Amino acid sequence: MFNRLITRLFLLDQTPKEHYSALKRNIIAVMLLITIVPLATMLVINYFQYRSHLRSQIIAPLYAMAEKTRHSFELFLNQRLATIRFISTTYSYQDLNDEQKIKKILISLKKEWQGFVDIGLIDSEGKLVSYAGPYSLVGKNYSDQLSFKETQIKGKYISDVFLGHRKFPHIIIAVQHLTDSGQSWIIRATIDTDFFNGLISSMGLPRLTDSFLINQEGILQTDSLYYGNTLEKWPLKLPRATSRPGSAEQSDNQNRNVIIVSSEFSITDYVLVIVQPQSVALKSWHVLQTEMIVIFLISLTIILVAILKMADVMVKRIKTSDENREAALAELQHAQKLSSIGRLAAGVAHEINNPLAIINEKAGLMGDLIELSANFDKKEKFSDLAKGIINSVSRCKKITHRLLGFSKRIQVHIEPININSVISEVLDFLEKDILYRKIDIVVDFSENLSLIQSDHGQLQQILINLLTNAFAAVDDFGRVDIHSKNIEDDGVRILIEDNGCGMPADVIKNIFDPFFSTKKEKGTGLGLSITYGIIKKLGGKISVDSQLKKGSVFIIDLPAKPNNQE
Amino acid sequence: MKIKLLIADDEKEFIEALAQRLEIRDFTVTAVTSGEAAIEMAAKINFDVIILDVLMPKLTGIEALKQIKKINPITPIIMLTGEATVENAIQGMKLGAFDFLIKPTKTDTLSQKIIEANEVKQRHEERIRQAEIDNILRTRGW
Repeated sequence: MFNRLITRLFLLDQTPKEHYSALKRNIIAVMLLITIVPLATMLVINYFQYRSHLRSQIIAPLYAMAEKTRHSFELFLNQRLATIRFISTTYSYQDLNDEQKIKKILISLKKEWQGFVDIGLIDSEGKLVSYAGPYSLVGKNYSDQLSFKETQIKGKYISDVFLGHRKFPHIIIAVQHLTDSGQSWIIRATIDTDFFNGLISSMGLPRLTDSFLINQEGILQTDSLYYGNTLEKWPLKLPRATSRPGSAEQSDNQNRNVIIVSSEFSITDYVLVIVQPQSVALKSWHVLQTEMIVIFLISLTIILVAILKMADVMVKRIKTSDENREAALAELQHAQKLSSIGRLAAGVAHEINNPLAIINEKAGLMGDLIELSANFDKKEKFSDLAKGIINSVSRCKKITHRLLGFSKRIQVHIEPININSVISEVLDFLEKDILYRKIDIVVDFSENLSLIQSDHGQLQQILINLLTNAFAAVDDFGRVDIHSKNIEDDGVRILIEDNGCGMPADVIKNIFDPFFSTKKEKGTGLGLSITYGIIKKLGGKISVDSQLKKGSVFIIDLPAKPNNQE
Repeated sequence: MKIKLLIADDEKEFIEALAQRLEIRDFTVTAVTSGEAAIEMAAKINFDVIILDVLMPKLTGIEALKQIKKINPITPIIMLTGEATVENAIQGMKLGAFDFLIKPTKTDTLSQKIIEANEVKQRHEERIRQAEIDNILRTRGW
């Protein structure tokens, strides 16, 4: 499935130019997909993991602080509760009902414990029977008050904070006492809450952090820095209640994103709340978050640049490789074409040679007989006709011999060769033609020309072919330049340049194909094809550059030794 | 004295015309159309020059050349062929062919080759005769 997808991405039905740009686009898309998707996934996973981890690391101290402070509060309240309970068990109803004694008890309490305001004795009917404190409350009936009812049921009671007669916040602690005889009474003490504020300020809270007590209805039991004074309604929602401290993130009434940590009291309905702005709590997380995003963006940029560069290099290499492959294929096809035409030509040449020989001999015999006949009518005419046949046979023979030469696999005889000498030999051979046509031959030989390993006879043949063509291309008094020079790897280059008629592009394209000729009936169309084949066999290459009416230049590069002569 | 020629070629039309043309040029020509017939004739008559086509059915010219050379090693043999390959030419030359000509060939060229071949044969025979005379003179103490 994945393989099919990848294959489809890279097999495209477009023109070559579109193909490579589409290929480049697809490579970039695939590489981006396989690099950026894992990177982005890792970033997202890391983001949430780090956030969760850091959050728990940041919130843990707040939890600890909340628990510690709650314990301090509970210790305070438990101590007061235990003291009241101790008084209820130590003193009898009569003792407590004694005004002097109860005042002494209050004085002792104030001396030993911080916060006690008053103390009173309530009988089982709810009537305050004895009291020590700043108010005149003896005789007041508490039977319909929540504090009395709850103490009757639970045996103890700690009230929410409320404003008393003196308008300062305080709480009530009440304890019920039951005697063996079934008599019951309640000791009720009032404690001011200044100590609460002292405990909260001793927590050592960080900057912008608030802490306070609330009851289950969300009424502030202590003053808050940001959310109002005692007995005002706290505007936010408490984290869900659990046995452990709870935490939540909310936006407060000042539009600050805050972390809320709460811890519920076990002995009363109070909840200790710590509120810290996220900007303070998650400062280190925000720094890390920024760093992660910056690293991601830098990585993304590097990946993008690398992918674009790599895709460019890859597509260029693929393109070059495709072009080389196509060139090699075209060359192979050309060689195969030459080879098959060569085999065909050899067969044709051989089959034609025998009937040609018969025509030659018959026409020859006819000519002989005419010559020998003394009284032959129109002797001269018939003799010319016979000669005409023989001349035509001779032309045919040249063609068939060249066809055979085209296909022959003559054993190559490799020897050290000085190209300058071979060119000179060929020019000597063509001297008559040069003189007759008054062609200007300009020779520019490199004096230090390397000796190459090649076949003398075959080099002669290619030079004869190319020079004959150059002579045919120029007019009488034309000019042919022949240069020789060294090329890389100890090879040799020969340039044969004429100022003749030149060739159009469509002729140049087919010039090395067998039977392609511009000389009409004069040429066999095999000369350059044979030349091409021989040069290839000798490990060299031939190219041509030509401009109409300006001339042509044939460039032959021959290696230091043929390819198969390692 | 006319040069005695044996020509072997499976192309009857060709060999008839060639024979006549060579006769006009004052050669005595015996024409046969197979390698076997050529060997048979060479065994009977001492030809001055033999011309063999390379490609003949059954017995090829090269095979006929081998056989005739066994019968008469000094008779020069000219090979004639429609398909000239270097391999064939080298093989023919190694087996003692005088020359290797490609069809169609000019009759005058062929005549010239025949004359050259005959001269070589004559010189060869002359040397043999001289050697025999020398041998006789030596053995008789002259």
